[in-house]
Amino acid sequence: MRIVARRLGLYLLTAWVAVTANFILPRLMPGNPVQTLIGKITSQVTPAEIRAIRLSFGMGFKQGVIAQYFTYLGQLFHGNLGISITLGAPVSSILRESVPWTIGLIGISTIISFTLGTLAGAMLGWTRGSRFDSLIPTATFFQAVPYFFLGTVMLLVFGSNLHWFPVLGAYSQSATPGWNWTFIASVLRYGELPVISIVLSSVAGWMLGMRNMMITMIGEDFVLMAVAKGLPRRKVIAHAARNAVLPSIANLSLAIGLVVSGALLVELVFNYPGVGDLLLQAVLNEDYPLIQGIFLVITLTVLAANLIADVVYLVLDPRTRSEAAV
Amino acid sequence: MRGLALPRSPKVILGLGILGFFIVLTVVGPWLAPYNPSSTAFTALLTPSAHHWLGTTSLGQDIFSQLLVGARATMVVALVAGLVATLLSMTIGISAGYLGGVPDDGLTLLSNVFLAIPGVPLLIVIDSYLPVNSRSNEFVIGLIISLTGWAWGARVLRAQTMSLRNRDFVEAARIIGESRRRIMFSEIAPNLLPVLASSLLFTVLYSIGAYVTLAYIGLTSTATWNWGTMLYWAQANNAPLSNEWYWFVPPGICIALVGTGLALVNFGIDEFINPRLRAAGLTARQRRQLGLARRARLGVTPVLRPAPSRRATGVVAK
Repeated sequence: MRIVARRLGLYLLTAWVAVTANFILPRLMPGNPVQTLIGKITSQVTPAEIRAIRLSFGMGFKQGVIAQYFTYLGQLFHGNLGISITLGAPVSSILRESVPWTIGLIGISTIISFTLGTLAGAMLGWTRGSRFDSLIPTATFFQAVPYFFLGTVMLLVFGSNLHWFPVLGAYSQSATPGWNWTFIASVLRYGELPVISIVLSSVAGWMLGMRNMMITMIGEDFVLMAVAKGLPRRKVIAHAARNAVLPSIANLSLAIGLVVSGALLVELVFNYPGVGDLLLQAVLNEDYPLIQGIFLVITLTVLAANLIADVVYLVLDPRTRSEAAV
Repeated sequence: MRGLALPRSPKVILGLGILGFFIVLTVVGPWLAPYNPSSTAFTALLTPSAHHWLGTTSLGQDIFSQLLVGARATMVVALVAGLVATLLSMTIGISAGYLGGVPDDGLTLLSNVFLAIPGVPLLIVIDSYLPVNSRSNEFVIGLIISLTGWAWGARVLRAQTMSLRNRDFVEAARIIGESRRRIMFSEIAPNLLPVLASSLLFTVLYSIGAYVTLAYIGLTSTATWNWGTMLYWAQANNAPLSNEWYWFVPPGICIALVGTGLALVNFGIDEFINPRLRAAGLTARQRRQLGLARRARLGVTPVLRPAPSRRATGVVAK
């Protein structure tokens, strides 16, 4: 358990760095950003809004910077992320509506992609040198395609030309949101194309990593031993694969960040009502409190996912447990 | 230097070819462009023709010229970011691995924090606070991208340095009395060359993705041409839904090709570092020519020798 505690400490520190970056960055901005921003808003600006904008840039405080920092931390603990400049609503309530969509979309795609990629990688590693190796350059190409570009192409080909999938949005206009069957079916139907896009872009990474580990594993003595004692091929592959998958899981923390970064933009392509789409709107309108809130929520979610991956790793690899006991 | 030659597998040759092509394009692209990419002198939304190889945008700009001119900014940012990030990860990774103790703990913690923060969202936050004139500066953007991209390389290099630090040649250098900096950068670093190269390719790949992403959501200046801004304008004008594939497919394919080239060369480096991966790079015909067993077998790593006099049939590993 010491390892989990250490990782937890690391993630708490990381969260603190992210929170602090959010505090420092607006205060480093040169010039008078408040005036620029107010000038950009075409509608009537109320004094309350001006105050919200000034506060988000660290202006108009009567306290010193250190005291401001602690006030800011205190507000964060109460879930207060400030007020969105363009939408006028609290950032936390805006996020509450879009975060579940993103977690659902990216979570499901990542699980599918990890499972598929690992299985395919294990097979590719086992049959290395066979004609399946010709899959590798293709997989590499898909790995290099930006997520949002692949999403765009899928949208064009399968959505607007072939009409195989519904495009744009997360559910049909005719369905009423809630726990009813029509709505859930519609969400699943609308989610297909975004999920396929994310899986296609991310599966190659898992596959290639697993293949390389599998090839390295096959050279180990325990695999040779398993063959020598005449275990059926299926069991030998399972033996090797169980050991080869460990680095993939250990690397999940890096990969989750990359997948999330890519997948956010897929939402944008499909007009999916998640955090990615919100982020684009926030960036276009220079809605800084909203940008910061989104960054914070993404970071915290990724950290939580990392922690889960660490615990899974601990359960799967007894060696880490015994090291912790020493 | 024979030992440093990359395995001559078709993957590596293909990768080097692709990269070479795009590097040449980076240099000569803006000169080759038939028109000024920003000029709105042409009819809007022309389909590809002999005059406009990739048609025109909704503002009447020549898309082919944008593609050629945009290659330079895209590649320059990727290279600047990749080089700076690799330098950072080299300095931090080797120092952490060689010095050990408290400096190691601190630097490892730092790189773990940077690994855990999702890079692109952090980039978006930093970039959205940049003044507009810095956003069009390739070097500023490249530096910021490198800040979010060095941590992985540092982790790998640290691990490799730790495996080298007690080797005899390092010990010898220490006894002669060489300075710590010299040992780290003149004795250890050259031995990490393959890892460094692989880390450079990886960060360049990451940087292209990050830069194009920033440009795509409109966070770099939309007036300078790169492949990301092309996609930004195509998306902003609904090109994907109006079937104007010639507008957004070419930049996307170019990005993917550069990435594929980098990854393919990286395969070569991987095979160089881990010889067990090497035989996998051969096709069936090449294996026959080399007189190898039909296929690499379990627990058996074929040893590749150019001279066919000794029939290399595969030698048991270890």
